[in-house]
Amino acid sequence: MSQPLLQVKDLHTSFPTESGEVRAVNGINFSLQRGRVLGIVGESGSGKSVTAYSILRILDNPGKITKGEILFEDTDIVKLPQHQMRQIRGAKISIIFQDPMTSLNPVYTVGNQLTEAIRLHTNRNRQQAQERALEMLELVGVNEPHKRLKQYPYQLSGGMRQRVMIAMALACEPDIIIADEPTTALDVTIQAQILELMQELKEKLGMAIIMITHDLGVIAEMCDEIIVMYAGRVCERGTADEIFYNPRHEYTKGLLRSIPKMTASKERLTPIGGSPVDLLNMPKGCAFAARCDRAMKICLTEPPEEMVINPEHRAACWVNVKEGAMAQGGQHNG
Amino acid sequence: MSDYHPDQIPQKKPFSLQLDVSKFEPATAAEKEQHDIMRESTTFFKDGIRRLFKNPLAVLSIVILLLLIVIIVVAPMIVPYGYSEVIRVNGQRDRSVTNLRPFTYSELEQKAIDEGQDVFPHIFGTDELGRDYFVRVIYGARVSLAVGFFASLIVLVIGLLYGSISGYVGGRTDIVMMRIVDIIYSLPDTLMVILLSVVLDQVLGDSLKGTILASIGNNMISLFIVFGLLYWVGMARLVRGQILSIKTNEYVLAARALGAGAGRIIRKHILPNCMSVIFISTALQIPSAIFTESFLSFIGLGVQAPMPSLGSLANLARGGMQVYPYKMLFPALGICLIVLSFNLLGDGLRDAFDPKLRR
Amino acid sequence: MAEHLLEVQGLKQHFPIKTGFMKTTMLKAVDGVSFTIDRGETLGLVGESGCGKTTVGRSLLRLYKPTAGSIKYHGEEISDQNIQGFRKQMQVVFQDPYSSLNPRMTVGDIVGEPLDIHKLYKTQKEREDKVDSLLELVGLNTDHKRRYAHEFSGGQRQRIGIARALAVDPEFIVCDEPVSALDVSIQAQIINTFEELQQRLGLAYLFIAHDLHVVHHMSRRIAVMYLGKIVEMAAADDVINQPMHPYTQSLISAIPIPDPKQARERHRIVLQGEVPSPLKVPSGCAFRNRCCWRQDICAEQTPELRELAPGHQVACWNPQMPK
Repeated sequence: MSQPLLQVKDLHTSFPTESGEVRAVNGINFSLQRGRVLGIVGESGSGKSVTAYSILRILDNPGKITKGEILFEDTDIVKLPQHQMRQIRGAKISIIFQDPMTSLNPVYTVGNQLTEAIRLHTNRNRQQAQERALEMLELVGVNEPHKRLKQYPYQLSGGMRQRVMIAMALACEPDIIIADEPTTALDVTIQAQILELMQELKEKLGMAIIMITHDLGVIAEMCDEIIVMYAGRVCERGTADEIFYNPRHEYTKGLLRSIPKMTASKERLTPIGGSPVDLLNMPKGCAFAARCDRAMKICLTEPPEEMVINPEHRAACWVNVKEGAMAQGGQHNG
Repeated sequence: MSDYHPDQIPQKKPFSLQLDVSKFEPATAAEKEQHDIMRESTTFFKDGIRRLFKNPLAVLSIVILLLLIVIIVVAPMIVPYGYSEVIRVNGQRDRSVTNLRPFTYSELEQKAIDEGQDVFPHIFGTDELGRDYFVRVIYGARVSLAVGFFASLIVLVIGLLYGSISGYVGGRTDIVMMRIVDIIYSLPDTLMVILLSVVLDQVLGDSLKGTILASIGNNMISLFIVFGLLYWVGMARLVRGQILSIKTNEYVLAARALGAGAGRIIRKHILPNCMSVIFISTALQIPSAIFTESFLSFIGLGVQAPMPSLGSLANLARGGMQVYPYKMLFPALGICLIVLSFNLLGDGLRDAFDPKLRR
Repeated sequence: MAEHLLEVQGLKQHFPIKTGFMKTTMLKAVDGVSFTIDRGETLGLVGESGCGKTTVGRSLLRLYKPTAGSIKYHGEEISDQNIQGFRKQMQVVFQDPYSSLNPRMTVGDIVGEPLDIHKLYKTQKEREDKVDSLLELVGLNTDHKRRYAHEFSGGQRQRIGIARALAVDPEFIVCDEPVSALDVSIQAQIINTFEELQQRLGLAYLFIAHDLHVVHHMSRRIAVMYLGKIVEMAAADDVINQPMHPYTQSLISAIPIPDPKQARERHRIVLQGEVPSPLKVPSGCAFRNRCCWRQDICAEQTPELRELAPGHQVACWNPQMPK
């Protein structure tokens, strides 16, 4: 296997507040290969967005990365000084934010914002930057690109704005695009357009994508590999098929059971009981234990380590150990 | 991240997991509940107060204001001089008791002390008419604070009423009411006070003599009237703005859907939610009123002599500033202290209670 | 046939919007909507942003004064005069659990407010008991009565909102996107709560949402809205499995399926273009600019809802009959 493009090792990020320390990310690891789409699934409070912001080091004050390494092309970017980090942001690693309404500056034209990104990272002069901006708008399927360059964000619809965001992210041909809930704020039919666009662009330009979302449908459509996060930790990681057809963490199983599916019969849904964990009062042991139907005593005291299910699949859940032991016991007895 | 295979437990790593089979028993519901802790309950108010007391400047200003109030209340009981009382020693008029420096005595007083009498020291000295300055400053502070409170109260009541009607009713009523506010806003306040006091003088003449109002003088009454006429507009705008923004909240819509009438909605849903902003604004209005009064007294339009106010004391002290600087110093310091403390307190309140600033 | 619980005919809700100096355009948020709901039934109302579904809900409850149309509850026409009485029978649960509860009121006050407004108790103890039973009904701990709304999670707050709606013992609840703002794992809890309550109390729902999965799960019938009009209305399974209106078809195909194999295999109809602004609704059929099966007639005449199969109504000149 070739050298991964991005490696996150034991990342810990927290926010010291007056009520205590909010531990948003608690030791996650993952790696991203060139040209692959990695999906990070989780609900609110899982730490998925904070992970993205940690990679780009754009955490809101007072957030801090308290531990861990992020290796991008063999350099640990956690330790990089800001001026070097700026050369990576936008140029090597870009981000698309969730809400296109607020992530574009309302007082500058679309053209202005696009060319800003281009001129910051490449040596083009204004004329060349304009041409490049036009190219990008066409690439992302914005109609009447010449007209759009002179328009302000409020004159564009949500889908159009998101396309402009994508164009800005792609303008400098980054190696990695981080998409933080890129379609959550959009209507379903527009979402379909944007996802299709992202697929096309991935084929064409070959960049790697980190897709962060809570929508399991989007994950299933877009992603090659998936990690499931809960309370700042990775519960489970694997290929899309493994996660959806062979979930091995109780949280993942719970999530898959609780979504209504259009083809299924109208039985009662099986929700996950309880409420999301309070990041200010992290419990000992597995963060999911209080809500887990199959919680065992060990789950309350020891945080589970990630266990190998098969070469493409790992899960951090003690239930697997129990099942493994039982299987083994069966073998011995049988 | 260990390469851990669940089906190879005992062979591969016998010690990495103390395999205590009992630990794999299902956890009971009680055990799980302990896992799930809920934080202790706080109301919005308690939260804010707690935050307020973490702010050192706010705490300092509260302490200063409390001390001041204590002194103002207690001091006249201890100090035996009246604010308009020209000091007599043994019933005798004492020429030399004027313009004494702090903690000095006049000749006659000195003689009395030597004879064994107790003469209360003049903590701030005396003024040019032989009145104890400390008492005058204390009374001046009383007047300033009283004016500050009452003027702010007037502003609060009128502004709250006007603003809530305008904000809640909306539509054309709101537009008309706000245009009236705009007009009033543009009137020059000092000019109005002057005009009004002249008019009042003519109109009321001596009719108020003998009542309490006479002691504060026509100027003060006109000041209150002007406050009532002009200064509430800022509060009205603020209240209206708050109501407009709170009106859009879904819980107001929910209350309507439940069948609540306008009165209930305003009382229970809108006002409680803008109380903190109004409270803070009032707290900041007090120093502004005190300052205005001091300024008017300074230019001679303030309380009627002999009632002192900090501003009028400062004015009187202006002439002798070179020779008796302390006479300017004490009232000026008083004004600064009061105004500064209220401002800091108001700022502290805003920081503590403003939900937008909360993390 | 027994009378319908709720009968809506030709509901229109237009808002005047200032579009220029001295110029006002009518925003036709709801432009002629008719449907019925029976006792104990759930009608799902689905559509994207700007289609008017939330406005339908609010006009039903007379939170906006309808521009035109009639709303009959138990056969009786609702007007400004008698709406107060109907408020005890028709209630609402809102979308955002964070803004639909007054942050300065305790849970006990919030849930008890409808009891206070309509004077539904005689003694204080009676009120307490009612509040307790409501909290238990929605699965909340009665100890939490004295706490404030902001101390609870989204799902719990939504339960508080439901308890509040149930306080007046209604027969019909407008559920305005009640789970959209919640996490996936909590959505299922709240959906179950709604269903259990429906079974226990015989409630009828107008379930408004943009998530077809959820709507299909909850509803017996579904109405699909586009730019202020209902374009298709049928039994839930029929809408999902045999959609006839081109918009419904593309809506269904646009929804991402949480199943990798199906996602890879299926064919998607991706609509071109954007949703037109409700201020400038295209003439004729509002959907024609994005429709790949449009014909000339679609620009000239607005299609009406017609029953093309038993219980299945479609408003289209060129419906795509199922294969």
